[in-house]
Amino acid sequence: MSNSIEELAGTDFLLVAGSNTTEAHPVISLRMKRAVKNGAKLVVVDPRKIELTKWATRHVQIKVGTDIPFFNAVANVILNEELQDSRFIRDRTEGFEAFARHVQMYTPEYSAEICGITPEEIIETAREFAAAAPKAAICYTLGITEHSCGSHNVQSLGNLGLLCGTLGVPNGGVNPLRGQNNVQGAGDAGCIPTDLPGYQKVERPGIRAMFEKAWDAPLPKRRGITKITAMEQMIKGRVKAVYVMGENTVVSDPHANHAEHALRSVDFLVVQDIFLTETAQLADVVLPAASFAESDGTFGNSERRIQRVRPAVSPPGEARSDVDILLEMFARMGKPQKLKTSKDVFTEMASVSPIYGGLSHERLDREGGIQWPCGDEDDPGTEYLHGDEFESGFPGFFAPVDHIPPAEEPDDEYPWLLTTGRRRSTYHTGTQTGQASGFQLLVPHEMLEINPLDAADMGLMDGDLLDVSSRRGKVTVSARVTERSPRGLVFMSFAFPEITRTNDVTSDAYDFITETPEFKACAVKISKSEYQDEDVRVAQRRIRLAGEVKQPTELMPADGRGDK
Amino acid sequence: MTTVSVNGRAQGTTKWLDLYVNSVAVRCEEGSRVLDAMDEAGFEVPTLCYDERVGAQGTCRMCLVEVEVNGRTEQVASCTAFAEEGMSVATHTEEIKDYRKTLLEMLLSEMSSPNANPYSNKVGPTEFDRAVEEYEARWDAFPRLRVRDKAVHDENPFIQRDYDYCIACYRCTNICNEWEQAAAITVDGRGQESSIFTFFGNELMDSPCTFCGQCINTCPTGALTDRKVVSQEISAEEVDRTQTICPYCGVGCGIELLTHEDEIIGAEPDFTAPSRGSLCVKGQFASWEFVRSEDRLRHPLVKQADGTFRKVTWDEALDLVSSKFKDAIATEGPDSIVCWASARVVTEANYLMQKFARVAIGTNNIDNCSRT
Ligand code: SF4
Ligand code: SF4
Ligand code: FES
Repeated sequence: MSNSIEELAGTDFLLVAGSNTTEAHPVISLRMKRAVKNGAKLVVVDPRKIELTKWATRHVQIKVGTDIPFFNAVANVILNEELQDSRFIRDRTEGFEAFARHVQMYTPEYSAEICGITPEEIIETAREFAAAAPKAAICYTLGITEHSCGSHNVQSLGNLGLLCGTLGVPNGGVNPLRGQNNVQGAGDAGCIPTDLPGYQKVERPGIRAMFEKAWDAPLPKRRGITKITAMEQMIKGRVKAVYVMGENTVVSDPHANHAEHALRSVDFLVVQDIFLTETAQLADVVLPAASFAESDGTFGNSERRIQRVRPAVSPPGEARSDVDILLEMFARMGKPQKLKTSKDVFTEMASVSPIYGGLSHERLDREGGIQWPCGDEDDPGTEYLHGDEFESGFPGFFAPVDHIPPAEEPDDEYPWLLTTGRRRSTYHTGTQTGQASGFQLLVPHEMLEINPLDAADMGLMDGDLLDVSSRRGKVTVSARVTERSPRGLVFMSFAFPEITRTNDVTSDAYDFITETPEFKACAVKISKSEYQDEDVRVAQRRIRLAGEVKQPTELMPADGRGDK
Repeated sequence: MTTVSVNGRAQGTTKWLDLYVNSVAVRCEEGSRVLDAMDEAGFEVPTLCYDERVGAQGTCRMCLVEVEVNGRTEQVASCTAFAEEGMSVATHTEEIKDYRKTLLEMLLSEMSSPNANPYSNKVGPTEFDRAVEEYEARWDAFPRLRVRDKAVHDENPFIQRDYDYCIACYRCTNICNEWEQAAAITVDGRGQESSIFTFFGNELMDSPCTFCGQCINTCPTGALTDRKVVSQEISAEEVDRTQTICPYCGVGCGIELLTHEDEIIGAEPDFTAPSRGSLCVKGQFASWEFVRSEDRLRHPLVKQADGTFRKVTWDEALDLVSSKFKDAIATEGPDSIVCWASARVVTEANYLMQKFARVAIGTNNIDNCSRT
């Protein structure tokens, strides 16, 4: 996030796009609700009637994948009515002229047609956003990024920030809300094929030289391959060995069959995790790791705040912390490290990464979490980015982007659009919430949310078992008839991988720049399942066992789990 | 200068007030409560109906103090009264201490037993217990009132309600309605009969309750407790706490893990973290059971020819991994190996993973699961 979570409570205008905040980031949604209570306007841009719309001043119910025409039209209105922040544009941005020309064709009428809304909704949103600026915050999440045009979606939001000068000010910003607890930290640490720690580019010779000196080792010059490319290369036989730490790829990836196939294709797979996950079951070697509650270190949250994680108990059996395992691996590869503890590792990381420069475990213990960039001991950290200049050091660049429809759209054979997301009481692949007692009662199994009118057309009732299939796979779920879904759009999460691998059906398209998978749109067909009288879990399992997809637990020995 | 607005309150254009608390000079911002000034000066009084996140109600009267301003002396509830220039505050006069003690003894007379409180016994003293101890309030100072019916039939697996301990402070309904804005619970009835109910008297599972646990965590007496925690065989003397971060989403709420003999028994919010004590159902009720799951991996495993796993020593596992990696580097080059880090593990491990890929293997083939 460019700004801070708490700042949201004090803003005058919130634009929330593609974020089911009450479910995916409940505690951030509290700040949004508080802002509304304090008199802020809240505009929710989402195809589904999500819970947050209850607090919204306006719910703009655009069609899936039409974010760009919507935001371009908002820019169009701002420019036509001369509501932009000309000083900000002059002093801090580039590419304005071209952008202004570009959005001319996106009149409210033109975009309203594409988005399936009225021109007034666009015009009002534009006026309110501009009136509140700079105290106008934009928040978005996977509903924006998990599209084949995800990075363009993000740019179209960024354009609005530049246009009205809502960047580099408190209570504003363009704020991605991070999905998993330490996505931020993993990126900060340099787990990116192009970036060394602190987002320093590996292909820049000066940077590389600095790291070679600090690490006293030669470094590979060429950027590495992303996960998506890596999976293709595995299938082609070019990747021989894979080392996976703490990630249930087989379930979390779109088009799960593809991920499983890729990992089965390599000669040697090592998985380091806390459970024998679907991915670990494919491994040649499984290394038992410590959970967060047994680990010493830090997590970086959505607002770039680095917070201490402390061990409360010892790991079970012979399990060891990820840090210990990796240090041992270094030694066995003939590259022993002087580092011993997590604290030593942090100190080294801070010494090579300027955004962490002023941070240490001691300081975080003393002062609590601190937001990067934090250059030195006296730097209190940064509540909002881009204050006097953009972090990149360059002016903000207006990106003229165009509407690109989702890679797969409904047709005669697959007439429904399926979108996926999160539910509050389940999390990602369910490896952890699946273990918590009582959660089965909250969301007992996967459900397909469908509009009441659509359900009536098909003669469906709440709880009916449905077969949902796409060009790639099939799952069985029970129907949840709800107005949250607009007509023609159905929704599922992916928290019950053992019985419903939602991602067997999702699209295999990727964003062409960031390679983020298009989880948010694919075409499916729906029919009533033949097993109506059965318990849904039994039926789901039956479908799985019927050979649509291999059941990984069949490969499992008793020996791996449950052994104390 | 810019004015940063947090909580709707303007900062940056601050006016300061000077006042005395028990003769200690303090300075606080205009608009501060007397309670804030007392806090600044380091004096504490019980505040049984106050939660800073939803503001003051002034109903429990426990925070009563004596203030003198412009020659006038009066007793005010420090949670509702505002600090004034030149004010002097006395927090612990004999009269006020007696008053607090009497209030506590009256509350005690409504509870059936001095030693059946599930939270006090299993987890540790509640806010109410600490006040009772500090003011030496006695259970038998007043005749026992008719004890409220404590049987609450609500089958939900998360929240236990023991109305016997309810002191009608309404913190729970306020936090639910004002902060979480779930509107799941409300106060019903009057006076001694008043109690906390779900709207329309439904069970919680059928109410709009999000099971965020905020009501449990603000409850000062243990009338509302985390059923998962208090149903365990544990004793408060042996409970430890560790401040850490919720393992689920990118909000990164602060939590405290409760442990008992090297085993996790529950989680509570860390009120000192920037999340200000907020949690959601996952942080409150799902952040620890998986840690002690029977299914946790306990040994390194190596797959055998028939597809089953065999338990091995760490030495055997790591030797196998390093020899396979070395072979791959020698025959196919370092770029034939790929390392994936994780958004679920600590940053330090991620740092080591990318360094391992780059230095020990010699490839930039390092990625993590998500780009969001
Ligand atoms: S758990 Fe949360 S939503 Fe449910 S009653 Fe308590 S405060 Fe309200
Ligand atoms: S408690 Fe809920 S909102 Fe807070 S970090 Fe955990 S999952 Fe996210
Ligand atoms: S805390 Fe002030 S009256 Fe209850």
